[in-house]
Amino acid sequence: MNKLVDLEAPASPTLAAPVRSGRVLLLPLIVFALLAAVPIATLWGPQGYVLSLITRIMILALAAMSLDLLIGYGAMISFGHAAYVGLGAYSVAILSSHGINDGFVQLGTALVVCFVFALVTGAISLRTKGVYFIMITLAFGQMLYFLGTSLAAYGGDDGLTLASRSILFGSKFLKSDVALYYVTFGILLSAYLLLRAVVASRFGRVLRGIRENPVRMEAIGFAPYRYQLTTYVIAGLIAGVSGCLLANQTEFVSPAFATWQRSGDLIFVIVLGGLGSLHGAIIGAAVFSLLADILSHYTEHWALIFGPILILVVLFARGGIGGLLGSKP
Amino acid sequence: MNPTASTAPLQLYNIRKAYGALVVTGDVSLNVEAGELHAIIGPNGAGKTTLIHQISGHAPSDSGRIVFDGQDVTKLPMAERARLGLVRSFQITSILPRFSALENVAIAAQACSGSSFRFFGNAAAERTLNDTAMALLSRFGLAARASVPAGQMSHGEKRQLEIAIALAAQPKLLLLDEPLAGTSHDESQQLIDILQELRRELPIVLIEHDMDAVFALADRVSVLVYGRIIASGSPQSIRDNADVRTAYLGEEAA
Repeated sequence: MNKLVDLEAPASPTLAAPVRSGRVLLLPLIVFALLAAVPIATLWGPQGYVLSLITRIMILALAAMSLDLLIGYGAMISFGHAAYVGLGAYSVAILSSHGINDGFVQLGTALVVCFVFALVTGAISLRTKGVYFIMITLAFGQMLYFLGTSLAAYGGDDGLTLASRSILFGSKFLKSDVALYYVTFGILLSAYLLLRAVVASRFGRVLRGIRENPVRMEAIGFAPYRYQLTTYVIAGLIAGVSGCLLANQTEFVSPAFATWQRSGDLIFVIVLGGLGSLHGAIIGAAVFSLLADILSHYTEHWALIFGPILILVVLFARGGIGGLLGSKP
Repeated sequence: MNPTASTAPLQLYNIRKAYGALVVTGDVSLNVEAGELHAIIGPNGAGKTTLIHQISGHAPSDSGRIVFDGQDVTKLPMAERARLGLVRSFQITSILPRFSALENVAIAAQACSGSSFRFFGNAAAERTLNDTAMALLSRFGLAARASVPAGQMSHGEKRQLEIAIALAAQPKLLLLDEPLAGTSHDESQQLIDILQELRRELPIVLIEHDMDAVFALADRVSVLVYGRIIASGSPQSIRDNADVRTAYLGEEAA
């Protein structure tokens, strides 16, 4: 028995590739189809309100999705992810206040700033583990928040109003809410497809392996640090893009964008929607924003109702709402 | 001793590890020769697993020197030692529970086949990695279980998978930490058969409590007691060694 049987081995490619059930792809398809149809569906309704609400949801989803890469796939629980949203938003606002409104210049600046911040703070934070990692990312996030409040030239605590939305290809078409909606939609869809590819790639498989068992991964020759730091930077860049969009959507930025409460919201969103699924971030962002919107009509203590909902989701739906809807993370 | 004087693939020079005041391994020196299965036995708490941790790089040594394949690896982290071919298994099963059995092995093969900084292309569909992994699973009789999440496999299957993963990482020397721990009689017999094959392919350091297995497999046996090697030699000479009998084997013989 147990002779070398390599040659007779049924190296079946069907067994090899993990079975991707149709359901897994169906849910994100429905989500994006719905998002694409919203502006058309609202032509005969309160379009302005609905568009701005759903644009905000998509921006939140973009930041949350990047955090899902960190937490859901990389098991790096960052409690300072809103810092990158703040960096992206301030890149737009500060450049705009100096008369630089070109969207690509603003975006490029945001990406460079987020890259540097993520690389430096990630390189330090990733030397710690567990609760220390949570605390150190929180500390870096708060550091940035206080830096924002001290920027007297740019409004300090009060923030800064944008002179205009970003100019793309020399055109001011982002002034239109529908245009901003579709630009946001396009970026969200691109980020989703990009991250979907990344998590299935060689790199993503190593990342998921480190999440499962870092010691095992080291024992077969993967040093987790490099993979985790690269992931940390990718997540920071995407959150930075969401910050650029947020500044355009609200036409206003303030240090409040980067507080730890916003970082907490992002974690809330992905837990609600389902960790480690990517599209869960969109579902979570929608439920989070709509619930907050609806509940705040009835009571200012809406967070009191929010908390128990999250607890119920964590207790009874481990895959989040996305999991309940039948997609496996 | 001059490391270049010996051609043994693995050479340990006075390696030592203490946790606080507790000296777990003290001044362990030994050579693992090419083509030998070198068993390390000793009573519980003798420091056997710590020694494997030190050799593999999971725990750095406080002092001493480790030479592998002609290279000083004393300061290298575990991942780099694994890349050089110094690969270990774990006493307490260490697998990727949510990955399929096949992917557990395929990802180890991936470590030895090109860069893993590739962000596009479905890794799970890479034919060469999957074929390598499937061949290894077949060798352990696990081919039919390839798509089962590793966390759902039986204990015996996990023990086999553990070694399949190590082999996929293309070891030049294998460190096996109690591969038979907790397996049934049939499972351990199966693993022993595989180890009989493997010992002809590459040098192995084996830690094992199952003395029948040790004496059946080992070319050389070293006895570790309180962090020190008290005897080293052929299985027969270890069996006949009076010190060993009192320190260790005697416990069972008495």
